[in-house]
Amino acid sequence: MRRLAWLAALVLVLGSNSLARSSPQPAQSDEELQITDGEVGRYGGSLVVGQAAEPKTLNPVTAADVRSREVIGRMMADLIHINRDSQRTEPALAKSWAASRDGRVFTLKLRRGLRFSDDQPFDADDVVFSFQVYLDEKIHSPQRDLLIVGGKPIAVQKIDSYTVRFTLAQPYAAAERIFDSLAMLPRHLLEKAYQENRFTQVWNINESPAALAGMGPFRLKHYVPGQRVVLERNPYFWKMDQKRQRLPYLDELVFLFVGNEEAQVIRFQAGDTAIMNRVNAENYILLSRDAQNGGYGLFDLGPSLEYNFLLFNLNDAKASRANRPAWFSDLRFRQAVSSAIDREGIVKLVYAGRAVPLWGNVSPSNQLWVNQSLPHPARSLEHARELLKAAGFSWRGDGRLMDGKSQTVEFSIIVSSSNNQRTKIATIIQDDLSKLGMDVHVVPLEFRALLDRVFQTFDYDAAIMGLGGGDADPNPEMNVWLSSGSTHLWHLGETKPATDWEAQLDQLMQQQMVELKYDRRKRLYDQAQQVIAANLPYVFLATPNILVGARKNLANFKPAVLEPNTLWNVEQLYFREGSGATAGAKP
Amino acid sequence: MKTGKMMTSKTMTNKAKTRAAAMVLVLLHGIIVFGGFIAPGEPASQNRDFPFVPPTRLHFVDAQGHFHLRPFVYQSVSRPEGLYEYEESRDQEYPIHLFVEGPKYKIAGLFLSSIHLFGVEAPAQIFLAGSDNYGRDQFSRILYGGRISLGAGLLATGISLSLGLLLGTISGFYGRWVDESVMRIAELFLVLPWLYLLLAVRAFLPLHISPVQTFFLLIAVIGSVGWARPARLVRGVVLSARTRKYVLASRGFGASDSYVLRRHVLPHTYGVLLTQAALLVPQYVIAEVTLSFLGLGLSEPLPSWGNLLANLQQYNVLVSYWWMFAPAMALVVFSLGYLALADAFHKRLQSVTV
Repeated sequence: MRRLAWLAALVLVLGSNSLARSSPQPAQSDEELQITDGEVGRYGGSLVVGQAAEPKTLNPVTAADVRSREVIGRMMADLIHINRDSQRTEPALAKSWAASRDGRVFTLKLRRGLRFSDDQPFDADDVVFSFQVYLDEKIHSPQRDLLIVGGKPIAVQKIDSYTVRFTLAQPYAAAERIFDSLAMLPRHLLEKAYQENRFTQVWNINESPAALAGMGPFRLKHYVPGQRVVLERNPYFWKMDQKRQRLPYLDELVFLFVGNEEAQVIRFQAGDTAIMNRVNAENYILLSRDAQNGGYGLFDLGPSLEYNFLLFNLNDAKASRANRPAWFSDLRFRQAVSSAIDREGIVKLVYAGRAVPLWGNVSPSNQLWVNQSLPHPARSLEHARELLKAAGFSWRGDGRLMDGKSQTVEFSIIVSSSNNQRTKIATIIQDDLSKLGMDVHVVPLEFRALLDRVFQTFDYDAAIMGLGGGDADPNPEMNVWLSSGSTHLWHLGETKPATDWEAQLDQLMQQQMVELKYDRRKRLYDQAQQVIAANLPYVFLATPNILVGARKNLANFKPAVLEPNTLWNVEQLYFREGSGATAGAKP
Repeated sequence: MKTGKMMTSKTMTNKAKTRAAAMVLVLLHGIIVFGGFIAPGEPASQNRDFPFVPPTRLHFVDAQGHFHLRPFVYQSVSRPEGLYEYEESRDQEYPIHLFVEGPKYKIAGLFLSSIHLFGVEAPAQIFLAGSDNYGRDQFSRILYGGRISLGAGLLATGISLSLGLLLGTISGFYGRWVDESVMRIAELFLVLPWLYLLLAVRAFLPLHISPVQTFFLLIAVIGSVGWARPARLVRGVVLSARTRKYVLASRGFGASDSYVLRRHVLPHTYGVLLTQAALLVPQYVIAEVTLSFLGLGLSEPLPSWGNLLANLQQYNVLVSYWWMFAPAMALVVFSLGYLALADAFHKRLQSVTV
């Protein structure tokens, strides 16, 4: 009996020890913590989220895919953050910042006394080191492009341990937004690897939790390849609630790798996961049928910021078929295609009505930047035929469309085979264009094979893709619209603008980038949108609504239109009392 | 069901069973061949106001309780509150007419016609097996899809059996190193993971391959991979036949190889070939279905049973629209028909050899 009691005591001690390691540390007087608004919650619980695929890396500098960023983002923090709810910038690791009058110099004051998740201090050296890594050409960070302003990298200078100065080569509108999602790295853990040129190999998915630290609300606990990654509370996180309790509330955050969206829905319905991030409209309707019994709530946040479009290959690389560019580079051909596409049909059949049709690159939900005066021409096959006739096309006896050289119009549209929505859009467009006598083949390809064709080999006719969704500001779009941009998909690698309108677009986008006044910037971007809509480098189709779901007992859940839609305030999420704190917590 | 089948196998003679299975299959194939006539609509024509309409109900008794000799349907209208939910509008009956004018098609792929077996007047629609995501009539798609799926199965079987007969005969008849090498190659083919082979072949193809080319390529690959089993069986039969006494006797009278083969050896292989054919057709139909299901077969908007079943990969379709399983029913009926036939052939073969 005595021995048993002794054993129990030992277990208790051990148990409390292991708990203590990740239990929230009391706030120190020298720590400049951020106080968040929002409901005051209670500690405990494990939040399980389903993910379609596992991350490729845990390295925030090299991660390019959404899955990796979703996980990494919860373990890292940035200097200035875009609040996903208000879409405005707010202080994060930097408690304040000041811009010089000409908008070129930014001085950031860091919070004092903060510690990384491994209890090491955070200061200006970490910031300078982080930017050094992001800007290093050898690392090939996808964020590097954003940090090049006016052709020159941003200069970073340490003023003192808690002050950093950033100097831009030219004024840059909304410059503080570029700090968002740039994870601050622990110099004490990474500098050695960086100097030994093995930075890109560290922090892969096999990394031991001890070698990984960040400033985010969670830190790595363990990673089971192919199954799940378990994050635990960062006991030194720098935010607290109104009652001065250190966040996050949750003990654990678990990402469960379930395979695909269908599996995500099933796991959510079964109660295995607590959050359903971006469900498609049909599954949303399916879930809504038993939302009452299922104990979960569903949210339709309205149109997303992304745009889906039909892309014609206008690259002048040696195409496999010589007659191809002649059609696609004719504006009237593209206009005819645009006029024939039944956008309402796409919204209805593909997105079950939970989407809006698009005629430009800015979603109507981006009210700050959308050009309201863009025309929304109704679908008209008549108009399409007139345009084609004017462009020298004619119809054969059997209704097939022929170009001026009596060549029948036949091309293929490639789509990602894993994206059901886009495959459906392609089938609808195929049917629409068959009414104009065009013979269109839909070719579903594995996503990487598709990217390879679009970005590398240019071996395709047309593709259905989607872009945007990251931020409401126009600047992240520079890559897409500048003729030299790396996502200038219709014609990659232009050394100078291939057409007059592309030259005009370059000019407008450059001008808006350095314009600091919103009104003037808006006018410039409105014009840019007009140029885009008039010249149709992309035939815009629709933007789906953002649909998410969460267990009813999950409090402080405030899904947002900006990515990450559901977990952006994960530090504030908690399970309500009496609800079984770990609902959806069986990994 | 099971007991029923056992009863029939006990009570029916093998000959009657063969005949019954063959007749059912002839009927089913006839339906597929004349699918254009039987189908009320075009397989690819989209009807975007009517996605996922459940199968149209045929009525004999109207809302007032009057009996109609000619069956009729009500128009399906979507419910305002629910998405993809429909109800019958009982305002007007639309009687089913026979031999109606409709979209053009080719009878058995040969003669142009526009007469369809049945139809209803617009605006009513008749979806015997419901409609799909794009409002396409699934019944028509199953019939047209059957042409592709069964066509692929039959042609691929033809290729497999011809190859199997040729190589098996050579191997069994000439023996020695010919036999040895052909049989080793056959073993190689037997262990080939054909699904991965097809995946690889498909990946190497250019994008611009037309549906017709895809179709024949599929058939060629499926057919040429499967020759090994029939070849081994044929070889066995040939091997035993060529050492029979009457063969030796005819040799003694100076018969040539080709005479011996035609007159004495090959007739023994027909039973094996027929049984193999009946086994291979459903197997190859399922192979086509598998490939199309995985997106490696024919692409939209062409229907094939595999394409139609691929809709079920979406969870919401799987649990919400039961009529999307209809192509699977067609597949099951055909497979059972062929397997019954194979069974009967096999029994007959045994009784002959015994």
